[in-house]
Amino acid sequence: MDFELLLVILVDGLVYSSYLFLVAVGLTVIFGVQKVLNVTHGSFYAFGAYFAAYLIGLWSRGGLPDWGGFLLILGSAIVLGIVLGVIIERGLLKYLYDRDEHIVVLATFAAFLVLEDVILLIWGTNPYLAFQPLALLGNSEIAGLVFDNYALTMIALTFIVAFILWYGLNRTQFGKVLLAVIFDREISMAMGINVTKVFLITFMIGTFLGALGGAYHAPIISVQPGIGVEVIVLAFAVVVIGGMGSIPGALIGSIIVGISRAAAVHMYPELELFVIYAIMAFVLVIRPEGLFAPIKARKI
Amino acid sequence: MNQLLDKTFWGLTIGLVALFALNFVLEEWMRSIGLQSLSRGCVAIGLLILWRTGLVSFGHALFFGFGAYTVAMLQIAGVNDIFVLLIGGTATAGLLAFFLGFLLRQYRAIFFALLNMAFSMILYGVLAKVEALGSTDGIGVSHVSFLGYVPADEDYRPTLYVFAICFAYIAAVLSHWYLKSTLGMMTMAVRENEIRVEYLGYSAERAIHAKYVISGVLAGVGGVIMAVTVGHVDPDSMVYWPVSGDFVFITILSGTGNVGATFIGALVYELLRTYAFEFAPEIWQLILGGSLLLIIMFLPDGLWSIRSEWRNRRRMAAAARGETQAAE
Repeated sequence: MDFELLLVILVDGLVYSSYLFLVAVGLTVIFGVQKVLNVTHGSFYAFGAYFAAYLIGLWSRGGLPDWGGFLLILGSAIVLGIVLGVIIERGLLKYLYDRDEHIVVLATFAAFLVLEDVILLIWGTNPYLAFQPLALLGNSEIAGLVFDNYALTMIALTFIVAFILWYGLNRTQFGKVLLAVIFDREISMAMGINVTKVFLITFMIGTFLGALGGAYHAPIISVQPGIGVEVIVLAFAVVVIGGMGSIPGALIGSIIVGISRAAAVHMYPELELFVIYAIMAFVLVIRPEGLFAPIKARKI
Repeated sequence: MNQLLDKTFWGLTIGLVALFALNFVLEEWMRSIGLQSLSRGCVAIGLLILWRTGLVSFGHALFFGFGAYTVAMLQIAGVNDIFVLLIGGTATAGLLAFFLGFLLRQYRAIFFALLNMAFSMILYGVLAKVEALGSTDGIGVSHVSFLGYVPADEDYRPTLYVFAICFAYIAAVLSHWYLKSTLGMMTMAVRENEIRVEYLGYSAERAIHAKYVISGVLAGVGGVIMAVTVGHVDPDSMVYWPVSGDFVFITILSGTGNVGATFIGALVYELLRTYAFEFAPEIWQLILGGSLLLIIMFLPDGLWSIRSEWRNRRRMAAAARGETQAAE
């Protein structure tokens, strides 16, 4: 194997990893706190992509400067995080926290089906393109291959998001409260923590992250029906590999999946999907709790 | 022997006769709905058995797709008889379940669900990318023969329907008897308390393994029926993860109370899907998802629970009537 191919796989893989991380980290945050494996997360991603692509389209047709696209991406993710987060958490999950975990997964699957059609009702079946931010940043050449600078900024965004989450969880008061709730919901309630509020805020953050993944990804892809279906199962794979509920796990999981997928695409394209789920199955077999699962205290 | 011929058995048999009779009056599109419900119903019985054990699989499209693709592969190899295809499809699905079972029997709860999903997505990844297996376009399945009998074109679907009913009936009756046997009763015991089961001298893991193989075989039967019914196999409509989701949907719709209810659930699902698609093509997923949510919220034990609810109510009413009479 020559050096150039290796470099291409590395860069391609890192870009793909950062995309995976942005989607998967929201899923893992929600699972870590609420113990809900949230299929609806795929819709959050799709909503983010559609909303951002739609707004960017409007924006550039209005003749406004292209850099505004970045603000629109962030803005749309925040709006969706608040709106969808409240709707799904207050309107659905609130009633299901005491039920079996399978039932909760199924309920989020049902909500996912509903949201898929809501997206179609709002934005129709035609694909949306939002290439302006992509065109604005231009591209650069690495090892004889052309990469979009926009895609490379995604790697930076990944580290920013990872850092903010780490900081928020370990260095702020809300983070400490969150850890207490994760550790023991009932005791934290007894200590005066408003668990309902913590759950809602976490879910909104998770939703925001899912939507941000979609919104930031919108300029690179053609935003069309079915993107949510594809993404959620990939995010599952990443989260399972890294360990459900672990943020460093999501980071490592996305790097593993991203690099191996890039390697497969460039060397054995037929194995592209196989490789991802083979790793997922392999990790489940050797370490079902995931490579980086937080150690659980046993409660009696 | 009398224990075997209980109410559920007679219910299933009446259903069999009724479905046979319907064959004479059904329109072709209704027959298609019937065939697809039978196919999905078979898979859902397997999931019911697992569900009673406390396990939910989000990847049974693996065995469903395996059965269906075996049909297509056997046809390419020149085999065309429904019985050989059925035996082939269920045997490969069952064998796969047998080998994976050694692994999966060690897993519980969400890990069991996800590992199943991982395996089904591996199969999806292979089928969708390998040209020799038809990639995303899939493979066509041509008309089959029935023990050497090759019906004329206009008789083909009715004949297929008769055979599919028989297969589903046999699968349902055998599953029902299995669930009534000691091993079958272990499902609930394992669900309630695995450690106690071990102390009673049974192996919980082996019990789970047996149920896993049975569910794999049943999903294989469903896959064979579906492949022959649709006349085509492809990864997106047979192995992709939402397909597994639909099976779990049917299981929760029917509830785990009774094997027969599974077919009613599958039929309701199929009708819901067909009519939603027919009359509201923009929002058919919304209707499906919405009904699933309503079931989860208001009928947690599935459609079957309406029956017991109704019975309880009648009994209460009768008791109340009895009291007033006594007072008088």
